[in-house]
Amino acid sequence: MTVTNIQLDSNGRLKHFLTTEGLSQQLLLDILNHAESFAGVGKRAVKKVPLLRGKTVVNLFFEPSTRTRTTFELAAKRLSADVLNLNIPYSSTSKGETLSDTLRTLEAMHSDMFVVRHDNSGAAHYIASQVAPHISVINGGDGRHAHPTQAMLDMFTIRRHKGTFSSLVVAIVGDILHSRVARSLIHALTTLGVCEVRVVAPNTLLPAEVEKLGVHVFHDMRRGLADADVVYMLRLQRERMRSALLPSENEYFYRYGLTREKLAVARPDVIVMHPGPINRGIEIESSVADGEHSVILEQVSHGIAVRMAVMAMVMGRFHDNNAEGT
Amino acid sequence: MINEDIEGLLEQIALDLKSLLQAQLRTDPVMIGIHTGGIWVAAYLHKKLHLADPLGELNIAFYRDDFSHIGIHPRVTPSNLPFDVDNRHIILVDDVLYTGRTIRAALNEIFDYGRPASVTLVVLLERSGRELPIQANIIGKSMTLNADEHVKLTGPEPLALVIKKSE
Repeated sequence: MTVTNIQLDSNGRLKHFLTTEGLSQQLLLDILNHAESFAGVGKRAVKKVPLLRGKTVVNLFFEPSTRTRTTFELAAKRLSADVLNLNIPYSSTSKGETLSDTLRTLEAMHSDMFVVRHDNSGAAHYIASQVAPHISVINGGDGRHAHPTQAMLDMFTIRRHKGTFSSLVVAIVGDILHSRVARSLIHALTTLGVCEVRVVAPNTLLPAEVEKLGVHVFHDMRRGLADADVVYMLRLQRERMRSALLPSENEYFYRYGLTREKLAVARPDVIVMHPGPINRGIEIESSVADGEHSVILEQVSHGIAVRMAVMAMVMGRFHDNNAEGT
Repeated sequence: MINEDIEGLLEQIALDLKSLLQAQLRTDPVMIGIHTGGIWVAAYLHKKLHLADPLGELNIAFYRDDFSHIGIHPRVTPSNLPFDVDNRHIILVDDVLYTGRTIRAALNEIFDYGRPASVTLVVLLERSGRELPIQANIIGKSMTLNADEHVKLTGPEPLALVIKKSE
């Protein structure tokens, strides 16, 4: 069974959300449209809807995270689910319990959904293949592989600002090699029909055969950013770098750091995005990160609506009869 | 299709509603229509009553009690209440009152926005088959239908009531 198949139930609906790769354009649009509906909930006096009342969501984080875990938690709570946060370095696995024992234990607590973050690529997929049939798994980032809810909140942010995708030029800059965000984003951008996706990076930070993903490769910022509608800066993932891929951080900033001057070649209404956390002065200068083109904080708040949409979709897969309005 | 003068029903509802509001001394009410048919009915009444605040629109998809059976609706137009509901007299409008579950959901959602002073329920048509203790204050027309018969308001132009038998 392929990664794509395991994500869908027998009726083609989303059961697990592990990667944006291989999902249909319609399904990705459904996520964005549902997120649009949920976005209004955060503006009300009571920021809650009762959709997932009685369901238990377990945040299973094997790797540290602030914004992903907290926005997943908030999303689940706004859907009225009960939330359990498990930071694995502090739990039984550090006492020698195996992963499958941990899963069985959580299943015995009648959990309905696992949100998984893990530093091994494929971890969420593995867990999805192991869990009881009624449990849905959402990938909150696995190794270098995928971070699909991040990609969808980025697409949501782009659509909010640009309206449509088909005419857009999107430049993704930086450490593509180690970035699960970049991989998931590239699949989402191409599936949703963006005009041109560019990656701008030194050769040492590009995966082999990156062109096969449908992107244009640039090594020079000024050429890669020319007339771009969206500039997406990636975090330099120093914790994942095992060898000297860079001459120095200063040199990196000089060549690939986003400055006002380099941004000037993009379109006047360009938006600047970053998945966070930001390394100020390494991949982006503060005046750009906090400047008028930046939508970085909007990305965070959109993360709640998008994660609500995905959670509601995987939990409510039984929509086959159009119930009459009663 | 039921051969019914919808326009005439709406006019009668508007008259009844005006006199009810006068009798109750409820001034400056706000109106909320329930998506989709209720909004069509509410739009007519809202205009007729010259209400000061814009019409509110409620989509109860996130409050349905059958989510675990039928899942999330493919496209949900978000609710939009362009006024503060706290201490306001609310006129809640729907097209058809049947089991009462939609109104239960609508009341829950309204109370998530605030605490209204009162809620008055107006429906174009009420039919038999209530499952909850909910009744409308103003009714355009009442019908007794079998459980396998479904009535639906089509519109918005022209508005018509359609009865279908389920197979």
